[in-house]
Amino acid sequence: MAYTDLQSLLREMLVIREFEETADKLTLRGKVPGGMHNSSGQEAVAVGVMSALAADDVIATTHRSHHHTLAKGFTPNEIMAELFTKATGVSKGRGASMHLGDFKRGHFGGNGIVGAGVGIAMGAAMGIHQRGDKNVSVGFVGDGGLNTGRTWESLNMAVIYKLPFILVVDNNQYAVETFVGRVTGGNDPAKRASGFGLPSFNIDGNDVLEVQKYTAEARERAVAGEGPTFINALTYRYNGHNVGERGQYRTQEEIADWREHKDPIDRFTAYLLSTGDMSQADLDSMKASVHAEIEAAVAFAESSPEPDLSTLTDGVDSGLLGAK
Amino acid sequence: MSTTTDTPTRVSHPSYSEAFQQGVREEMTTNPDIFILGTDLVERGGHFAQVKGIAQEFGESRVKDSPISEAAMVAAGLGAAMYGLHPIIDLNFIDFSFGAMDEIINQAAKIRFMFGQPVPLVIRATSGVALGGAHHTNALEAFFASTPGLSLAIPSCANDVKGLIKTALRVPDPVIFLMHKKLSGVRSEITTGHQPIPFGKANSVRPGKDAAIITWSYTLFTALKAADELAKEGIEVEVIDLRTLWPLDEDAVDAAIKKYGRVVIADEAPKFGSLTAEIAASATERCNSDLKGPIVRVGGVRAPISANPRHSDAAIPTVAGMIEAVHKVMKY
Repeated sequence: MAYTDLQSLLREMLVIREFEETADKLTLRGKVPGGMHNSSGQEAVAVGVMSALAADDVIATTHRSHHHTLAKGFTPNEIMAELFTKATGVSKGRGASMHLGDFKRGHFGGNGIVGAGVGIAMGAAMGIHQRGDKNVSVGFVGDGGLNTGRTWESLNMAVIYKLPFILVVDNNQYAVETFVGRVTGGNDPAKRASGFGLPSFNIDGNDVLEVQKYTAEARERAVAGEGPTFINALTYRYNGHNVGERGQYRTQEEIADWREHKDPIDRFTAYLLSTGDMSQADLDSMKASVHAEIEAAVAFAESSPEPDLSTLTDGVDSGLLGAK
Repeated sequence: MSTTTDTPTRVSHPSYSEAFQQGVREEMTTNPDIFILGTDLVERGGHFAQVKGIAQEFGESRVKDSPISEAAMVAAGLGAAMYGLHPIIDLNFIDFSFGAMDEIINQAAKIRFMFGQPVPLVIRATSGVALGGAHHTNALEAFFASTPGLSLAIPSCANDVKGLIKTALRVPDPVIFLMHKKLSGVRSEITTGHQPIPFGKANSVRPGKDAAIITWSYTLFTALKAADELAKEGIEVEVIDLRTLWPLDEDAVDAAIKKYGRVVIADEAPKFGSLTAEIAASATERCNSDLKGPIVRVGGVRAPISANPRHSDAAIPTVAGMIEAVHKVMKY
């Protein structure tokens, strides 16, 4: 995804929304082994961050990572095929929804373990630092990851070594069914992080331009050798933790309020129409092309082959140590 | 690669810890991607002097003092490894790996399989039973060696420390490198010079005629003492050091079975669930007809390790226990 103009930000958010709602239906039809985590509602965090990064910047992310992965520039085809665990998927069908990644393209993996992507991204930042490269590494975590030790161990390490690292909390407010405020002492993530001695911000994660701005500034500091930044981007997940979840932990009114009044796509659409950066005709044709792109991704995934059974144990290690 | 404190004897007959220094220094000289991260490394040189002087020689960008954050330490190595470096993460005691188990087992071990990305990472720690009580004497070899994606070296002498760490630093795989704390100061000759020693190749330390004891790490020395005693009775026992537990030299195990039909496998881990069980069971599947009787295992007791010296000595294989095991296989 090349973020060439404001319309391209909106288009990528539409791609994510259409991808997620389509994949959600396919999951309910049994097409996605192991199910998936839908990121609808959180598009502005992904697109805001990625649009501020360079192509060779690194990310490592979470169990809910379709939006990060698409926004990083991966195609709906390779992600949908991965959800179907097909050989043409980005992880060759071995990862499904939670384990998207391609290290050559700076994507150090989704992760099934809360907070693990933060550590991996911090380590990549240490690699960047050791090499003297001028790129940065971004670790994503959800609000659930605000309360696991490895997040803070990693953030501390990034601070003491002044690593080119950005920690982004994709804060959808619910760790599965648990509201962040119930389980987070102090209930102020940026204040908590600032105690580690780094610039720390609570921002509006449903405002794509605000996310982009804070990420771009964090990136500038990181590349200048000033060390890491903590960004807590407040957003909302419309669907259940996993597809098919029917939770009673939040009200329909709460969900409706976010969908109707705070939706990141609606807000940015209204902004672009009001400024004249986009016409209604632009929007209509954009939506049509996005729809076609996702339809094509489903067809690609459906028609792709399964990984060959003979590859079951391929690539466990390099083989150079002589294991049989 | 000598420092001002080295004498010719120290270079040719280094201690187990000094041999680690030698191997790491040699590899760091030729590979700028190697760096070491751990606690108390720069001034102290590590708790067993295993990296003494290396920070002074290579600078603090190559030897980093870390906070006591095991999860972040391994994550730092993991992420940097996947970015293209070759870190050594020094966890001090392998008991401390529990704080980084997700990073080791879920991440480092699996990423090549899941994403096709090499993970050139060495995790070094001391292991084994010594004084210090239950929190510094866990035996995790079976767990690591049975985890797909990890390799495990567990050398018994200076020469093997040096040669095996050199190999570990030349392969793009995660390696658990365990050094027995009771061997840290033991000097022995470097016989293979600057050469790396391959993984998966056992070393026959003492020749035999009647039976074999297969073992590794500190238990090797218990086995050698037992072999000396048994020789006085006219029983000549070959003593084989496996040196790495994954890859495992199954050919050496099978050859000992074929040659003698009488085999003892010994290790200080609690016997139930020890790798001695896996090695014996899989070898029996392959070579049952060559065995004169069942392989006999010698292992540790099923108890945490007491800080009392008599208790901790009694918790692991003894010379008497090893002799008894050999007598048992000699009766077949």
